[in-house]
Amino acid sequence: MESIISVSSLKKSFKSNHVLNDVSFKIPKGSVFALLGSNGAGKTTIVKILSTLLKPDGGSALICGYDVVRQGDYVRGCISLTGQFAAVDEVLTGRENLKLIGQLKRLPDGKNKVDEWLRFFDLEDAANRQVSTYSGGMRRRLDIAMSLMDSPQVLFLDEPTTGLDPQNRIAMWDLVKGLVSEGTTVFLTTQYLEEAEYLADNIAILHGGKIIAEGTTEELRKLLPPAKKEYIEKQPSLEEVFLALIGEKKEGGHHE
Amino acid sequence: MSKPKTNVLYDSWVMFKRCLLIAMRNPEALAMATITPFALMFLFGTVFGSIANVGDFNYIDFIVPGIILQSVAQAAQYSAINVTTDMTKGIIDRFRSMPISKSAVLTGHTGAGVARNTITTTVIIGTAFIIGFRPQAGFMDWLMIVGFLLLIIIAMSLIAVLCGLISKTPEGTSGLMFPLFILPFVSSGFAPTETMPRGLSWFAENQPMTPIIDTIRNLMLGLPADNSLWIALAWCVGIIVAAFVAAAQIYRRKLQ
Repeated sequence: MESIISVSSLKKSFKSNHVLNDVSFKIPKGSVFALLGSNGAGKTTIVKILSTLLKPDGGSALICGYDVVRQGDYVRGCISLTGQFAAVDEVLTGRENLKLIGQLKRLPDGKNKVDEWLRFFDLEDAANRQVSTYSGGMRRRLDIAMSLMDSPQVLFLDEPTTGLDPQNRIAMWDLVKGLVSEGTTVFLTTQYLEEAEYLADNIAILHGGKIIAEGTTEELRKLLPPAKKEYIEKQPSLEEVFLALIGEKKEGGHHE
Repeated sequence: MSKPKTNVLYDSWVMFKRCLLIAMRNPEALAMATITPFALMFLFGTVFGSIANVGDFNYIDFIVPGIILQSVAQAAQYSAINVTTDMTKGIIDRFRSMPISKSAVLTGHTGAGVARNTITTTVIIGTAFIIGFRPQAGFMDWLMIVGFLLLIIIAMSLIAVLCGLISKTPEGTSGLMFPLFILPFVSSGFAPTETMPRGLSWFAENQPMTPIIDTIRNLMLGLPADNSLWIALAWCVGIIVAAFVAAAQIYRRKLQ
């Protein structure tokens, strides 16, 4: 399959701290790629390099066929970034935030897009309120709506579910699945193994500045010795209890 | 989909509108920009006006230029705080990962600062008229006054952007701007420099506010121009060039 992102031998140091030593991977078009790693492993550094915010010390990265260092403007035209911290204007309303992105991206049907995404993310009622009054989940949804305004080919989500409650996390997962079914490529970083397992077509584990393992969940499982069979009673997880009590199920349709 | 060419004018215009909108959402800043100069003018013009002795002048005629500079400096700090907020919150990363002109963020802030301070200045001159300001300037003098005030406003707005870029927290930004709104008090703005203690009068005569204030006052009161005009012009142009170059440098460095 055609790769929409291809990274080879990426290197980046901050002073004497070698964050990325030799990072290479390829991401097929229209798939979900999850980059797993502990805090400080360099996940965000990779996202910043790929979204043209940071220059690598060595190696190369192509997105949509363009070089992230030399053809930054082309790359920026095909990606959207949702960083770890909500990139929204606190004092503006949700609607104004989306409108601004529509204007900056010079969308011909900006106003319709704004309404469309407000509806999609269940933000219609809050549309004319200042973002400073939003909850964490609403802020996240607005943040992602801003990234989706012009239907980017590649969406970067840097730890999109950190700090979200289980309901909003599941809504986020449904969203990612929906986007991918429409052809978007999603690049996701996460610390949650469960999230990578549920969402990702391909998973890469970043450790010590290198990708130490890469593949589908199945392929990664094969790296371990064959599973021993043990019989244990399966207790519901606290998450399952929580969701049962508030009346939602993990597979339960789209959260609107 | 990808747009390799960015349009700096269009992007700056969108950012300019964004900055004005942000300014309107900050009632404290709006009050600062309109009510404070009004109060200052009223206080100095009426309360101190009866006891102040500034030679042949009415005190209100004497202080208008000083009040303008003080208020513009005061109002400019809000541009500075908005720049710091943009640079330290996630929003700058969103803008940088979009296919838009990088400098538009700063030109937008500078433009909005100039627009706001033009309004502030107009309010001050209007208020001054109400409480007894009687300028003797002819049409050509007023043209020069407007041109001069615009230069000063641009210089102050650029200083504000520069301070906003240097500061790491919005709280720190006010501190950086503080000297700027003390300077008009230690100048010929509110008292003739000859009446000050020696060290202070030396400082007052050699800092930029004094020639700028003297020039505007001469123009407003129809007095003959002296070489303060050229010194003031040199200060304004020098500050504009220096602040512009420094801001551009720091911005570029911060983005790497």
